[in-house]
Amino acid sequence: MFYVIKRILATIPVMVVVALFVFCIIRLGPGDPASVIAGDYATAEDIQEIRIKLGLADPIPVQMGKWFVQLASGDLGKSYHSNMQVTKLISQRLEPTLLLAATTIILTILVAVPLGTLAAYKAGSWVDKFVMVFSVAGFSIPVFVLGYILVYIFAMELRWLPVQGYRSPFDDSFLQFVKHITMPAVTLSVIYIALISRMTRASVVEVLNEDYVRTARAKGQSEFKILLRHALPNAAVPIVTVLGISIALMIGGVVVTESVYNIPGLGRLVLDAVLSRDYGVIQGLILFFSFIYIFINLLIDLSYTLIDPRIRY
Amino acid sequence: MFNILTNVRGRIVGGLTALLMGGMSVFSFAHAGGHESVLRVIPHADLKNLDPIWTTAYISRNHGYLIYDTLFAMDSDFNVQPQMVDTYTKSDDGMNWSFTLRDGLTWHNGDAVTAADCVASLARWGKRDGMGQALMTAMGSMTAVDDKTFTFELAKPFGLVLESIGKISSNVPFMMPASVAATDAFEQITDFTGSGPFMFSKDDWVPGSTVEYTKFEGYNPRSEPASAAAGGKLALVDKVIWTYFPDQMTAMNALQTGEVDFFESPANDLAPLMSANPDITVEVNDPLGNIGFLRFNHVLPPFDNVEIRRAALMAVKQEDYLAAAVGDQAYWSTCYSVFPCGTPMASDIANDIIQVADTGKAKAALTAAGYDGTPVIIMQPTDIPVLSNFSLVTAQKLREAGFTVEVQAMDWSTLTSRRAKRDPVSEGGWNIFHTWWIGADIMNPTSIAFSGNPDAGWFGWPTDPVSEAARTKFFVAGSLAEQQELSSIVQNQAWTNAFSGHLGQFFSPVAYRNNVKGLIKSPVQFFWNISK
Repeated sequence: MFYVIKRILATIPVMVVVALFVFCIIRLGPGDPASVIAGDYATAEDIQEIRIKLGLADPIPVQMGKWFVQLASGDLGKSYHSNMQVTKLISQRLEPTLLLAATTIILTILVAVPLGTLAAYKAGSWVDKFVMVFSVAGFSIPVFVLGYILVYIFAMELRWLPVQGYRSPFDDSFLQFVKHITMPAVTLSVIYIALISRMTRASVVEVLNEDYVRTARAKGQSEFKILLRHALPNAAVPIVTVLGISIALMIGGVVVTESVYNIPGLGRLVLDAVLSRDYGVIQGLILFFSFIYIFINLLIDLSYTLIDPRIRY
Repeated sequence: MFNILTNVRGRIVGGLTALLMGGMSVFSFAHAGGHESVLRVIPHADLKNLDPIWTTAYISRNHGYLIYDTLFAMDSDFNVQPQMVDTYTKSDDGMNWSFTLRDGLTWHNGDAVTAADCVASLARWGKRDGMGQALMTAMGSMTAVDDKTFTFELAKPFGLVLESIGKISSNVPFMMPASVAATDAFEQITDFTGSGPFMFSKDDWVPGSTVEYTKFEGYNPRSEPASAAAGGKLALVDKVIWTYFPDQMTAMNALQTGEVDFFESPANDLAPLMSANPDITVEVNDPLGNIGFLRFNHVLPPFDNVEIRRAALMAVKQEDYLAAAVGDQAYWSTCYSVFPCGTPMASDIANDIIQVADTGKAKAALTAAGYDGTPVIIMQPTDIPVLSNFSLVTAQKLREAGFTVEVQAMDWSTLTSRRAKRDPVSEGGWNIFHTWWIGADIMNPTSIAFSGNPDAGWFGWPTDPVSEAARTKFFVAGSLAEQQELSSIVQNQAWTNAFSGHLGQFFSPVAYRNNVKGLIKSPVQFFWNISK
């Protein structure tokens, strides 16, 4: 418990550094939200007036001070464009992204772990080579290419699945949710299946050469039990680490998948905010993402104690 | 942060409860509001700002047309017609105007639209819009005489009263309740009560994704047939839902499978693919189209020299730009008038310069102008394919003519902030950028595109007192002949002094499912009168 509290407290300085860094970096970059807001045909005077109203004409330290005061009261700020609270924008987009990430990870675990384990068990055989070829292909196919291929086959030709969009399982029918999430999740999971299956193979191959596995075999344990009870649990730590990092990456990094399938998730929110120089949204989102990264890393570290009893904090 | 988690937790708990309570309905195919007629639209851009007075963005203007109404409106023959106004009178000298509102005009909250609301709305619009500012400069007083009547008393002659308050494009003088119109013109409104044919559903708005509009049952349309922005605005569907697609290919696929009904601005190169589908109609809905623009920076060398600007214009050819950026010739045409071809102010005055298109002559002119090799910085917005291609064509043509050219790639947002800089190139300045204007915005010299005033003009800042004087007179011109005469002066100055390069007229088609009927031909996409 002391370790958990220590880790949570350690997030505060990290978040402060992230906030400082984000604030400075986006103001050092080119672009100006006021000129985007004013539109193509505004005059320089119009733009300057909007800058003043938005507080962008204030000296940078003043702007920074105001933002930190806001943050201290738990307010991530507002969008310069939509005038909407960043927290509301995030909450609108969080569900599609979380459910896409969760579906993708479930799919990844269901496919990659058995595949990697099988490849390790059959190391050197054609099964192993097939899995590795699939893995390389999975890494190599760009997400948008795979996305368009799936859309062409399953939406345009077979008409089994919709081309685009997201349906909430809470607002719409569960079947509609499944129909809309299937292709994005498959598209996104291919690269993670490739990654995790390779990782699983490498870890399991290593474990299968350990003395305790040889002992288990000598005692007459079935190969299935050896894999399930000895190899996989001992190979799990690196797999869980990569899975955790994958989830964290997916929260903010699925912009291509979200664009191809027109899913209103956090990835697209980030991209839109960057393109329109919506400083308030960019700052709030990056802080949110850093919180998610820290939180997931904490969960990964804690999960080690469950997977491997030798690990103690 | 806590708010986000609370909202999400609330949704998940509520949703799971609904799943448990709903039993088998979980697997039903039912959609909310299955009996409603819903027009599903892919708009040309994401609706980021909801205040069409605060921004000139076209998407905010289109949003405005759905939920607000206007006093006057332009018809398909470019004539201004009464819209919310029932009758109006003007004195013989044009200095006193009186307007009476139609019966039965109500706001979405049920309150009656009053003359005071209209006066307040015009006052706010007049602080932001170019024509509005000109009108307010001439205005002595605007007064709400009673609930339905308001008057203008002009302090000085102004010939474009109706053209101003009936303008079709940004910033459109939309009418808002007086309490909303009291908002500072440089701050966004937060109340979206209008009196137009549809109501904005604020709770359903997901910026970057979805906007929903619901039919306003209390709307009282005019009896005349719809004609561009004028005439009866009949809401023939229960809902209009805009879903923004960041990816054009996905948008096209969604239209092909019938997931959406209307695609407002497909890329021209997708048109043949959609035309091949017998369930889809692809057509040009905007008769004026867009006008490509090459804008020089008049305050920095080398384009502070008029002869060098003219040499640059001699090097370029409209067909090259249009073929590179638009492609299919069905969607473009050359136009050598600074005002859109086919509109009342269009003419051939002094347009020889843009038709030279001869590298040899351009080279000779450049040498004669004393060009010293100063590099020309062209800002290339790589995220807008049409403008990116315009930039590359210009670079190639100028190089062939002997210019030293540097193309700087950037996104549009960077370009829009950088073009406001008058600093030297070494401090972030620039020499050329490209854009386009919709034809409706540059139909006469009042557009800021033709400004010759470097202090209050558009980016590029040409100085031309003759043109500026003609523009000022245009605001008080009484007859069409007088307006055309003044427009000729502006065009003559614009070509002679090479304000900008006009790169031709191009048309963006719309694509829609064949069950969509009643589209209105107009420079602006309207969603009334459409059924499905």
